[in-house]
Amino acid sequence: MSKKVIDLDNVVVKFAGDSGDGIQLSGTQFTNTTALMGEEVATFPDYPAEIRAPQGTVGGVSGFQLHFGKNIHTPGDKCDVLVALNPAAIMANIKMIKRGGTIIADIDTFSEKNLEKAGFEEDTLDKIKQDYKLIEAPISSMTQETLKESGLDIKVIMKSKNMFALGIVYNLFGFPTKHSEDFFDEKFKNKPELAKANKKVLKGGFNYAAAIQAMPSFRVHAPTDLKGKYRNISGNVATAWGLLAAAEKTGLKLFLGSYPITPASEILMEISNRKDLGAKSFQAEDEIGGIVSAIGASFAGNLAATSTSGPGLALKSEALGLAVITELPLVVVNVQRGGPSTGLPTKTEQSDLFQALAGRNGESPVPVIAASTPSNCFEYAYEAARIALEHMTPVLLLTDSYLANGTEAWRIPQMKDLQNISTKFINSDAEEYLPYERDENLVRKWAVPGMKGFEHRIGGLEKMDITGTVSYVPVNHEKMTELRENKVEKIADFIPDQIVEGNPESETLILGWGSTYGHITSAITELKDEGIELAFAQFNYIMPLPKNTSEVLAKYKKIIVCELNRGQFAAYLRMKFPEYKYEQVNKVQGLPFTVADIKTSIKQKLEN
Amino acid sequence: METQKYTPKDFKSGQDVRWCPGCGDFMVLASLQKAMSELNHNKEDYAVVSGIGCSSRFPYYMNTYGFHGIHGRAALLASGVKVANPKLSVWQITGDGDALAIGGNHFIHEVRRNVNVNVLLFNNQIYGLTKGQYSPTSLMGQKTKTSPHGTVEVPFNPGQLTIGAGGRFFARTIDNNVKETVEIFKYADGFKGTSIIEILQNCVIFNNGAHSAITDKETREDNQLWVEHGKPMIFGKEQNKGIILDGVKLKVVEIGKNGISENNILVHDMHEEDTTIHNALLKMKLPEFPEVFGIIRAVEDETYDDLLDKQIVGIKQKSKISCMDDLLNSGSTWEV
Repeated sequence: MSKKVIDLDNVVVKFAGDSGDGIQLSGTQFTNTTALMGEEVATFPDYPAEIRAPQGTVGGVSGFQLHFGKNIHTPGDKCDVLVALNPAAIMANIKMIKRGGTIIADIDTFSEKNLEKAGFEEDTLDKIKQDYKLIEAPISSMTQETLKESGLDIKVIMKSKNMFALGIVYNLFGFPTKHSEDFFDEKFKNKPELAKANKKVLKGGFNYAAAIQAMPSFRVHAPTDLKGKYRNISGNVATAWGLLAAAEKTGLKLFLGSYPITPASEILMEISNRKDLGAKSFQAEDEIGGIVSAIGASFAGNLAATSTSGPGLALKSEALGLAVITELPLVVVNVQRGGPSTGLPTKTEQSDLFQALAGRNGESPVPVIAASTPSNCFEYAYEAARIALEHMTPVLLLTDSYLANGTEAWRIPQMKDLQNISTKFINSDAEEYLPYERDENLVRKWAVPGMKGFEHRIGGLEKMDITGTVSYVPVNHEKMTELRENKVEKIADFIPDQIVEGNPESETLILGWGSTYGHITSAITELKDEGIELAFAQFNYIMPLPKNTSEVLAKYKKIIVCELNRGQFAAYLRMKFPEYKYEQVNKVQGLPFTVADIKTSIKQKLEN
Repeated sequence: METQKYTPKDFKSGQDVRWCPGCGDFMVLASLQKAMSELNHNKEDYAVVSGIGCSSRFPYYMNTYGFHGIHGRAALLASGVKVANPKLSVWQITGDGDALAIGGNHFIHEVRRNVNVNVLLFNNQIYGLTKGQYSPTSLMGQKTKTSPHGTVEVPFNPGQLTIGAGGRFFARTIDNNVKETVEIFKYADGFKGTSIIEILQNCVIFNNGAHSAITDKETREDNQLWVEHGKPMIFGKEQNKGIILDGVKLKVVEIGKNGISENNILVHDMHEEDTTIHNALLKMKLPEFPEVFGIIRAVEDETYDDLLDKQIVGIKQKSKISCMDDLLNSGSTWEV
């Protein structure tokens, strides 16, 4: 009897288990191998906020989902294969497995106690067997068996059962174990016994799957044909690299002042690790310290940035106003998460848009842009730096937990191809320096300590137009307020027009912003296959909006705004362009849209 | 590089100075302008930053690069400027409210990190700019607009707070003592590390005479102990009083009485790593003791800004990644 081979264009795999089971490691290992096999891939980790949540419970399940094959825009809605290291992992994901999909479960963990903790009832297992293909694999005991002569402690042995599971999955897709073996050789360079043990267990899983006839085997269709050199990258790393790239392009030193916060910490970690590129990171004592140190560094002539998430942005508000009134370049990255307050620290949401646009005292305009895929976080971080430096303003870059932790294959750019950035330093032979004298784009010049002859004072008090001295003159305040506003509006002349994808001739425009790009694109594509053709615009530039925005909106009878909040972008558009009517598709569950969510909602709206 | 010669006038900006007539801040401004004119930096290499409060207007009055920040955050502006460009001589202007209340957290972390900046901590024991509320250095029981029946909180002792946070440099001076203040500023500029200089400053409007017991002409020689490194701790109108160590405590003695000679008097060692004596000196309060002034502690150590630069140099030498293209192409990549 030969194995059943399942042919697919693309496939969704999810690893799930207790949050201490090493799920994220198996997931990233599988992702890297998948990418190295030339597949398009997108991933999404999903883990509890607690570092070690109660074992064996549904609340403590950590997951890692990846989607690979061709035309990959999202980490996938429902999975074809779920690897579950305990019963709770099945319970937590049961609604997200395709009917008829494969569940590979560690049957050794199916004790009465664990089943009860996971909320299994007497007939649950039977029902699962009816709806899905359940493969009961003795992962724990076989891991133990594989390492029984290793001399390792049982606790250490059990920690490698994730590798047994990974070995099984490699076999299902016909992928080699080599890349992960190399990974262990590198990771445990100084502990060869651990490298050996992990590799042995990985191989054990692989061989077990090969031997078991019940295991299906998958053949996934050919990968992308866009030529080039690729790598895998997450949104947070791409953000950090975008800032580093802008610093290198301009010849400025990068200074990042930040305070650790989920899900943004990785940006601080990545830049802290880039001293080889001369980057300076300053882990401040709090969020305010992060941004104020960055403002100090900006005053001193560095490319300065601070990274945070929603609650941290709230703490930075006052200082962000200081950057607005002093008109210093600064990039503020807000990796959004579920709110308000501490909210859902590890989950995704787009609910900081209002905060980004208006969360400060006074008339305090700040340009806002948003990345829309994990890899284009690089592009938009670079763009945030470009706007900050060329327009002498703080810029807010919005990403979110989904982009930050998600990864995708990325065609590696070359530095020489990146757009030039022109800094606004005053010419060293200028005769005088008037801090608030502006060019035709209302941008002031930058003079930094160490530049001879341009000593000047700035600060949080209102400035006299042109001279920058302190001024309480009423009409001056109004004038400066308008100048700051117009300066930000003028940035619209230096950003691309909004493009419309899908079928621009449709009567209906689907509109999104930021990280929902992948899910909306997939939904539009699938709806087209069903005969519903729609126009689609995904906004990356929020403040100011692209100049052709009104022109785009005017073309459509129906405008449906999809976002992961209660309608903040829709409300913003209503304020800016009240002449059009906007319908909304919203979700606030701490989760990304699914393609199915969007399709269903759009169909409903089209019927009305 | 040849540095220019300056006079204090070169450091005066054109802005009208807007402190109340008689404010102690005027003298401190004059002292810093004098100190800078005597120091060996180019004018463009000074950065004067501040938070919020009366004293924080200071940068506007200096003809240097200056940044008037937001309340409590001067320490971070100073740290950011210094870390971004360690060549600069950075002066942070702050008050007892700015540094020890709203900015208390930043203050202790700045001291702990030992960023090489000079901090002028104006202590008038009151909130002046908001018109007379008590501050974290107001005396227990002090009656102010927000403590009409007297405060019920124990004040901070800035010196002990600094040392508690791992401070390497602490000096104390008085607003109108230009001579000593200038010398302290100049020493602090050369000192590698966070230099905290507490300046007893008189707020003529809301807390006039707060320091008068210490500063009154009649009694000041008996009530001020100016310490000098390597010199015995002698004070008093007749220069006949001194400090000795009695067990684990300090004690005031009279030279020539009870067999005490100058040889028995404690000799000040500002470079002593151990904080015991420095702390004890800072704890001295009237009327049992005189209050201590001068440079109490100056113990150099590596600074944050130096260590960070050293790390960068070391890692640059070792790393295989020397530019963005290297980084972009590092790790696992594949060709399609």
